Amino acid sequence: MRKYIMKRILLSVMILFCVTFIIYALLRCLPASYVENMAMQLAMKPGAKPYGEWLAQLNASYGLDKDVLPGYLTWLGDAVRGRFGDSWKYTVPVLEKFNDVIWLSFIVGAIAFVLELIIAIPLGVIAATKQYSRADYAITAGALIGISLPTFFFATILKLVFSVKLGWFDLYGLVGRDYAQLDAMGQLLDKANHLVLPIVTLVIVSVGSLMRYTRTNMLEVLNADYIRTARAKGLSEKKVIYQHAFRNTLIPIVTIVGGSLPGLFSGALITETLFMIPGIGYTSYQAMLIGDIPFSMFYMTFLAILTLTGNLISDILYAVVDPRVRIA
Amino acid sequence: MNDKDKDIKNQAAEQDNFSLNDDRRVKVLSPSALVMKRFFRNRLAVLGMIMLLSMFLFSFVGGLISPYSQDQQFYRTEEQMKEFAGVIRNKDFRYLNADGQKFGSVLQAKFQLAVQKKKPTFEYKDVVYQVEKEGEDLYAISSDGVLLAVAAKDIVNADGAELSFAIKHEALKAFTGGRKEFTADGKTYQVDGDGNIIDGGTVLGYISRFVVSAVSPDVVISRSFKEELETVIDEKGTEFQFVDEKGEEYSYEISYDATSLTWSVKQGKEVSVYDDYAEPSREHWLGTDTNGMDMLTRLMYGGRVSLIIGFIVVIMETVLGVILGGLAGYFGKWVDNLIMRIVDVFYCIPSMPLIIILGAAMDAMRVEPMTRMFYLMLILGFLGWPGIARLVRGQILSLREQEFMTAAEACGIRVSRRIFKHLIPNVIPQLIVSCTMALGSTIIMEATLSFLGIGVKFPFASWGNIITDVNDAYVMTHYWFVWIPAGICLLIAVLGFNFVGDGLRDAFDPKMKR
Repeated sequence: MRKYIMKRILLSVMILFCVTFIIYALLRCLPASYVENMAMQLAMKPGAKPYGEWLAQLNASYGLDKDVLPGYLTWLGDAVRGRFGDSWKYTVPVLEKFNDVIWLSFIVGAIAFVLELIIAIPLGVIAATKQYSRADYAITAGALIGISLPTFFFATILKLVFSVKLGWFDLYGLVGRDYAQLDAMGQLLDKANHLVLPIVTLVIVSVGSLMRYTRTNMLEVLNADYIRTARAKGLSEKKVIYQHAFRNTLIPIVTIVGGSLPGLFSGALITETLFMIPGIGYTSYQAMLIGDIPFSMFYMTFLAILTLTGNLISDILYAVVDPRVRIA
Repeated sequence: MNDKDKDIKNQAAEQDNFSLNDDRRVKVLSPSALVMKRFFRNRLAVLGMIMLLSMFLFSFVGGLISPYSQDQQFYRTEEQMKEFAGVIRNKDFRYLNADGQKFGSVLQAKFQLAVQKKKPTFEYKDVVYQVEKEGEDLYAISSDGVLLAVAAKDIVNADGAELSFAIKHEALKAFTGGRKEFTADGKTYQVDGDGNIIDGGTVLGYISRFVVSAVSPDVVISRSFKEELETVIDEKGTEFQFVDEKGEEYSYEISYDATSLTWSVKQGKEVSVYDDYAEPSREHWLGTDTNGMDMLTRLMYGGRVSLIIGFIVVIMETVLGVILGGLAGYFGKWVDNLIMRIVDVFYCIPSMPLIIILGAAMDAMRVEPMTRMFYLMLILGFLGWPGIARLVRGQILSLREQEFMTAAEACGIRVSRRIFKHLIPNVIPQLIVSCTMALGSTIIMEATLSFLGIGVKFPFASWGNIITDVNDAYVMTHYWFVWIPAGICLLIAVLGFNFVGDGLRDAFDPKMKR
């Protein structure tokens, strides 16, 4: 087991190197318009150096004067030591900005995820136990509608109904207009109020896949021999479903849930952007639009690490949770 | 007897059992017919099928039927009101000085006092002036028998050459006195009811109490316009049309300002503007968008773009995925290892951020919308294949151990033939399911990117970039027809793909009960 984990971790690190190199190479191949713009601005100031000199200096300070491979190695060397440089857009160290915004994203993601679990698993189980019933059709259709809903369209409808027509929530932002005048409790409530719509959007849009996953696995388990045995023993249907079937369904669910835990940190890029919630998603969206290489580089590396960790966790969990799986 | 009967009956039954009549035959269905049967029994799948068909018809046939083209702009004429002139009804005396005489402002003030007190004379600096009323609001001021000036509230305007004092004076006298003729300087002139001063056939000038001054100095206000204006004001009208000398018709609005006692005249010019955000009507069933283009037609063409992009991307993904997954699954060992590591790497590349950055870069480079669409498809296809490669490889790994593959090998069939003729067809059911689902998600991806402004760009329509307008909160709240239909189209298409994919998955699964 330990050997397997070590092997997987090493492999993940290798993959990470490849991914970061590809991303770095792509970013470097793009026109460095941001640096040029900045050099232009700096050169306009009174008594400033000419444009060419500024450009050279900026390129040097951002490590853009080197070729792609040496540049990547420099970046990698710094990144390994935890130095991701300064964000061009936010003009603060990337990690500082990251630290400012990541927790908001995590909270939003975590709340949405818990809600998803609470909604998806029971509904999935119900749909599977009453296969082809009206409830099953409704749940399956609902799940598919959730999957098919474009985030931006659904969010806009929510905004129209709840913000514009009913006036319950603000259209954008994390804090209201009179945030500064509120006491600590009021501030917390104000923020919570602003997070309702984003969380609802996230839950509705992503609850479907987990629901379908639960249903499929539950169906598979219900067709297994040991369920027939349990029924043959004369156990009550409740006991069969909730003690025998559901526990076995939990195996794939736990692995997939474990695998998506790191994803809670990745932030919801589209949803955050739509509601202008200053989490990691919105922050990096803005950084990416202007070609802020240090921040984008960091964000994408971060996402890649999260994906790899997620895969790793779900593979390990699979072996841990299911005693039938043995890894040599 | 009984036994015989039984015998016969049994024989008949036996014959029935062995007969080859159609009704005795066991119905044999081919696997694909079974799949079809299972598929059409699934209500959701059929619903999805209908949704997809209607969206295809809407996008591909609708575009042909629609009378408009995708970037045809519509105009509407709009009245732009602009200050044109100010009108004052003269309430003060205006003075006409007799030839060679002066009538200064002090005297004017004294004269007004005298008129108010209804005194026939007034004095200034020991000179006595006589005031003689010659008509309604018409006074002649003289001193020692010499006519100095005429004070009147009516104004004599010359049409051409300036009129002499005598003509003006006599005309005013005639006009206020209600006479039709007057003589001045030994000639006879006519005055008609409208105040026109006529010499024989030609109009020399006219008398009126209105002073019309144009707002912009380069506008000359014509006589006929003034008359029209006067009659409208007299009738307390607020609007009128007027055709000027060039034959252009303008509409005018008159408003009266009680504090300054003036009428202001606004000229309405018909301006042709883009018919943007027009409400749904008979010509435009879903209104028009921000550029004055027909919304329904945009939706149809947008559907084409969205569906075509979806198909091309999925075809690219599938081709890449099947080839690489097939190779990996069939050859195993280092080939498998290599390809699967590439798949892992691609799996880890965060696609959304990457596409956003590439989109922003294309913005900076000002890539043409058409080229951009190709790049978008390439990027999406290139990032999407690993999922399909994994699926194909997994299937092939289990399939290649089966007997029919050993048989194929024993027959000496070429490797490429073995992979693509014997293995891949067995993967097709799963492939079709995942491709159908992938179509849905690709369309959502494209729509999201277009919504963010980094996917399909104007002038091309796509369901995503039609909805972009809601970024303007005013549009979102006031013009539902701009974004709701596009969202519904998107939802129907994606839902259709997902329903069908789901139905196919169930139909292909031989373990399913139904």
